[in-house]
Amino acid sequence: MPPLIRIDNVHKRYAAKPILRGVTLAVAEGEVVALLGANGAGKSTLLRIIAGLMKPDRGEIVLGGVPVQKASVELRRYIGFVSHAPLLYEHLSGLENLTFFASLYDLQNSAARIEAVLQAVDLWRRRHDLVRTYSRGMQQRLAIARAIVHDPPVLLLDEPDTGLDQQSAQMLQSLLHQLSDKRRAILFSTHNLDRALTWSNSVAMLMRGTITYHAPTENVDRHALSQLESQTESAVGVEG
Amino acid sequence: MSVSLPASSPVEATAELGVVQPLATSPVIMHTGSGFGRYWRKVWLIMAKDLRIELRAKEILVVMIAFSALAVIIFGLAFDLRVPRATMVVPGVLWGILLFSGILGLNRSFSAEQDHQTLLALLLAPIDRTALYLGKFLANLLFMLLMAVVLLPMLLFIFDVNLFRFWILAAILLGSIGYVAVGTLFAALTASIRARESMMPILLLPVMAPVFMAGIKVAEQVLDGRDWTDFQNWLGMLVAFDLIFLTAAFLLFDLIWEEM
Repeated sequence: MPPLIRIDNVHKRYAAKPILRGVTLAVAEGEVVALLGANGAGKSTLLRIIAGLMKPDRGEIVLGGVPVQKASVELRRYIGFVSHAPLLYEHLSGLENLTFFASLYDLQNSAARIEAVLQAVDLWRRRHDLVRTYSRGMQQRLAIARAIVHDPPVLLLDEPDTGLDQQSAQMLQSLLHQLSDKRRAILFSTHNLDRALTWSNSVAMLMRGTITYHAPTENVDRHALSQLESQTESAVGVEG
Repeated sequence: MSVSLPASSPVEATAELGVVQPLATSPVIMHTGSGFGRYWRKVWLIMAKDLRIELRAKEILVVMIAFSALAVIIFGLAFDLRVPRATMVVPGVLWGILLFSGILGLNRSFSAEQDHQTLLALLLAPIDRTALYLGKFLANLLFMLLMAVVLLPMLLFIFDVNLFRFWILAAILLGSIGYVAVGTLFAALTASIRARESMMPILLLPVMAPVFMAGIKVAEQVLDGRDWTDFQNWLGMLVAFDLIFLTAAFLLFDLIWEEM
């Protein structure tokens, strides 16, 4: 069976600076891959290219057998995206935010689905409160609810644990476990090696624009990965 | 056409961690494909969302109205002693204020989305980007017309000139359509630029010269008691401007988001 996410030799430059230099990676159904890398390694750029928000200079992204660059807007139904910013309207309530996005995705049974995801992120009781009154952790939980309200088979999370307290991080972990079923592929970026090892079933290291390490979590050589990570920190100095 | 995604199955780890409730397993059903009704529903959703946020945040309309009130007072003080007839300056004052206060609203249209990065969420949704443009366009047009509704009585009060004439109102409507069509496009273009507040007028005002001129000419001639055949060319110019720039903005809007 082909992988749900296939990243094939992707290159990307910003101005004259190469950010991605031939990234190749595959995420199969049921797999949760943690993408490690320092600031500026190109993690956000790669996730945005997969989501169709940017075009690669070279290479191809294929989601479920469909090349992203050639796909219609309909492919966006199959992608859920969580950023380190919540991507929510702070002058709307949690319920209004989810109702708005569910309508954009043409969800038929939206009321039941919205209730289910709000219950899952423990925000049902605060659903009528404006998002601006939510804490950072609550906003991030609602951001995850927004990203999964349409139950996407491809879930991309760009440093979703940034700024989360312990309880919210634990909730995010259990949500990821719950979402990692056999028909979904999850790719998330993080700085946190411990979380990468706990939350995923394989770890990939993005360094100098390429994947320099990729192994199932149980086979990861923690020491080697830490060394690679520190090398990356000193090698890269540009935000990406 | 609709698509049904299979239900998510809860995993044992959830119960073990005991932090979140299991996600309900009802399948998610989405309508897919395009259609006239569905397209306009998205346009409506974007517009309604902007109006609801403005009702709560009061970041656009209140600022536009406050600016136009101050501008009317300042122009009133400036021209009071020097102009023999107020009707000589009121058309210019009307259109000057419409353009400058309009910029304030148009600037916020996309910059608010950019500041909170909600634009990213909109671009990720399966909607035609022209529906996003039209939704924003209609919300901005409504703000502009509401501002004009407040501006006209203020001009009547300060300058004692009644602008509630059919052809003047028609010119305001036509001029606002063209202005907002171009302004919404430029607001999207400049949303991610750091100096967007200063870039917007520099880009927008030169393009708006025909609307400004035509709007003033129509108002002048109506106030002078001329027949509509005397200014029909100016009205035609406004209609042509609307058609050309609405079409151009509609076609170009998709290209802005090549890279986000």
